[in-house]
Amino acid sequence: MNINRRSFLKGTAAGLAAIGLPVSKSHASFWESFFQKHYREMTDNEKDEVVKRLEVEYSAKYGKNFDVATTKPIDGALFGYGLDLSRCIGCRRCVYACTAENNQSRDPQIHYISVLRFKQGEKWVNDLEGSDKYYDPETVPEEGHFYMPVQCQQCENPPCVKVCPTQATWKDPDGIIVVDYNWCIGCRYCMAACPYGARKFNWGEPYLPENEINSQTHYLGNRPRLKGCVEKCTFCVQRTRLGKYPACVEICPVGARKFGDLNDPASEIRYCIEKKRVFRLKEDLNTLPKFYYFFAT
Amino acid sequence: MIKTDNKKGSILEVLFLLFFTFFCSCSAFAESDDMPQFFVPSPPFSEDIYPCSMCHEGMETNTTPRQLEWPHDWIKLKHSERQRWCLDCHDAENRDQLRLANGDHVSFKESYKLCGQCHGTIFRDWKVGVHGKRTGEWNGKKQYRLCVHCHYPHNPKYKDLKPLPPPAKPDEITGVKTELIMIKDNVPMWAEWAEKNKIEGFKTKDTESGGQKLSVPVISEKKEKREKGNEH
Ligand code: HEC
Ligand code: HEC
Ligand code: HEC
Ligand code: HEC
Repeated sequence: MNINRRSFLKGTAAGLAAIGLPVSKSHASFWESFFQKHYREMTDNEKDEVVKRLEVEYSAKYGKNFDVATTKPIDGALFGYGLDLSRCIGCRRCVYACTAENNQSRDPQIHYISVLRFKQGEKWVNDLEGSDKYYDPETVPEEGHFYMPVQCQQCENPPCVKVCPTQATWKDPDGIIVVDYNWCIGCRYCMAACPYGARKFNWGEPYLPENEINSQTHYLGNRPRLKGCVEKCTFCVQRTRLGKYPACVEICPVGARKFGDLNDPASEIRYCIEKKRVFRLKEDLNTLPKFYYFFAT
Repeated sequence: MIKTDNKKGSILEVLFLLFFTFFCSCSAFAESDDMPQFFVPSPPFSEDIYPCSMCHEGMETNTTPRQLEWPHDWIKLKHSERQRWCLDCHDAENRDQLRLANGDHVSFKESYKLCGQCHGTIFRDWKVGVHGKRTGEWNGKKQYRLCVHCHYPHNPKYKDLKPLPPPAKPDEITGVKTELIMIKDNVPMWAEWAEKNKIEGFKTKDTESGGQKLSVPVISEKKEKREKGNEH
C-alpha cells in the first residue's frame, strides 16, 4: 500500500486530484485503515475490530496466523530497566534477539539496540559520539575497552512525545513510550528530539523473511510496520505486559540486563537502584530515563 | 503470576510467598537450612560422566593432589589452585555430591551453595537476580542459572565470546545479510568455549529448562563481507 497518511496529507495540500487515488484501493479495508481512529480514542470494541482486520491482513501477507494483542498496562506497574556495565562484554546477542522478537526490517537494517564501545578511562558518559559501534574483533571482551548498549530510555519526561504533531507517540501508564504506526506521518521530529538516537525510521519498505516473522504481536509493539513510519524499543510491550521479561534480558549470556517494576520494592530493578551505584544517560537534560546503568563491582 | 490490580496483586503475592515457603519447608528445608530452593536448569554435565558413582563406587580414593589421568586428564585447575584440590569441593566418599567446608553435602543441583561459601557478595546478588540471570516472568515464576552454567568451576573466568556482526554502516546501501538459525537457550555458556578449543567431553546439548525455551539467533554471514569488514 503506497498511499499512507503522509502522502495523502501531502496530496491534499497539492490538490487531491494530483495524486489520483487509485480505484483499486477503494476496497473497504483500505478506507477503514485510513480513517481509523486514534488508538487512545478507540473503545474496546473498536480496538477488537481493528485488530481483527489487521490479523487478516498480516496473515494473508505473511502466510502465517497472526495475533495482534491490545493488552493494557498492568495496574500499578511502572517498568524500569537496569544494565550492568561491569558485566556487558559487547557480544551483541541482545541486538539480534531484539530484531527477531520485534520484527524489525532486516533490509534496510533496523536495530533498536546500539552497542557502543569505549576505551577504558576515556571521557564518555555524555559523549556518545566518541564511541565506536562497528567494532568487530574475533572475540569479546577486548582488553582495555568496555561496552555500553543504548536503546530507548523510556523517559518519564520524553521530549519525543512533546514534539509529535499527530500525537502518534505517547507514554502509557506503565511508563512505556509507544507509537501508533498508523498515525505516524514520518515527519521525524521525534528523532531529532531524542537525545539518545533511539528512534529509527523506515526509509524503505521493511523486509524480513517469512520464516523469521514473529506472529505473536501487540498493536503498540512488534506488529509489522510500514514504510515511512518511526519505531523504537518498547521494552517488548507484547511480552512484558504478559509478565514476561523482554527478549534482550532473556538472551543476555552474561546476565547484565535487569528488568522489573519500579513500584515493587522487592523487584530486581529496585535492588539495583538501592544497592548499586546507578546513573542515567544525559541526566542534565531532565528527560528522567527509566533506564539505569550501573557497575555491580 | 500477573498482577491485575494493586490490591489483588499484593494478596496474590502473599499467597504465593506463603505457598512458596510451605512448599520449600517440605523439600529444601528438609535439610534444615534457611535458603529457599531456586528453580534452575539441570547441571551442565558433559555426557557419560554423571553419576560419578558409575566408576567411583568401590574405587579407592586417592587423596594425593596430582595431575589426573583418564578420564579426567583434561581437567586443569585454575581456581585458586594453590590452596585447593578436587576433594575440597567433591566429596571423597560420595562422588555424586559436593562437599561444603563444614563437611555438609550438597547435590550438584545446588552447587551455588558451594560457590556461595567463598563468594558471599556475589551470591547475595545472585539470589535476587542481579548477578547471573533469571528468565521467565518478571512478576512471577523465574528460572535461575547455576553459577556453573556461566563459570566452568575448574577455571571460572568467564569465557570470551564471538560477537555477532556489527550494524550496517550508513554508506552500505543494504543491511548486513544475516541468516537467523534458531537454537535453544540454556546451553551452558562455557560449552561454546570448550568446543572452540576442542576440549573433549563438552559438546553442547539441551539441558532441562523447566518448560522454558527461548530461541537464540546465530548468525551465518556472507563470507566476503566478513573478510572485507576485517580489513579496516
Ligand atoms: C571449586 C570447587 C571445585 C574444585 C576444586 C573441583 N571441582 Fe570438579 N566440579 C565442581 C562443580 C561445582 C562441578 C559441577 C559442574 C556441573 O554442574 O556441571 C564439577 C564438575 C566436575 C566433573 C564433571 C565435569 C563434566 O564434564 O561435566 C568432574 C569430572 C570433576 N568436577 C572433577 C574434578 C576434579 C578431578 C577436580 C580436581 C582436579 C575437581 N573436579 C576440582 C567443583 C569443583
Ligand atoms: C569413566 C569413569 C569415571 C567417571 C564417570 C568419573 N570418574 Fe573420577 N576418576 C576416575 C578414575 C579412573 C580416577 C583416577 C585417575 C587417576 O588416578 O589419575 C578418578 C579420579 C577422580 C578424582 C581424584 C580423586 C580420586 O579419588 O582419585 C576426583 C575428585 C574425581 N575422579 C571426581 C569425579 C567426579 C566429580 C565425577 C562425576 C562428575 C567423576 N569423577 C566421574 C574415573 C571416573
Ligand atoms: C574455597 C573458596 C572458593 C570456592 C568454594 C569457590 N571459589 Fe571461586 N574463587 C575463589 C578465590 C580465592 C578466587 C580468586 C583467585 C583465583 O581467581 O584463582 C576465586 C575466583 C573466582 C572467579 C573469578 C575468576 C577470574 O579469573 O576472574 C570466579 C568467576 C569464581 N571464582 C567462581 C566460582 C564458582 C562458580 C564457584 C562454585 C563452583 C566457586 N567460585 C567456588 C575461591 C573459591
Ligand atoms: C548468567 C551468567 C552468570 C551466572 C549465572 C553467574 N555469573 Fe559470575 N560472572 C558472570 C560474568 C559475565 C562475570 C564478569 C566477567 C568476568 O569478569 O570474567 C562474572 C564475574 C564473577 C566473579 C568475578 C568477580 C567479579 O565481580 O567480576 C565471580 C567471583 C563470580 N562471577 C561468581 C559467581 C557465582 C558464585 C555465581 C553463582 C552464585 C555466579 N557467578 C553466577 C556471569 C555469571
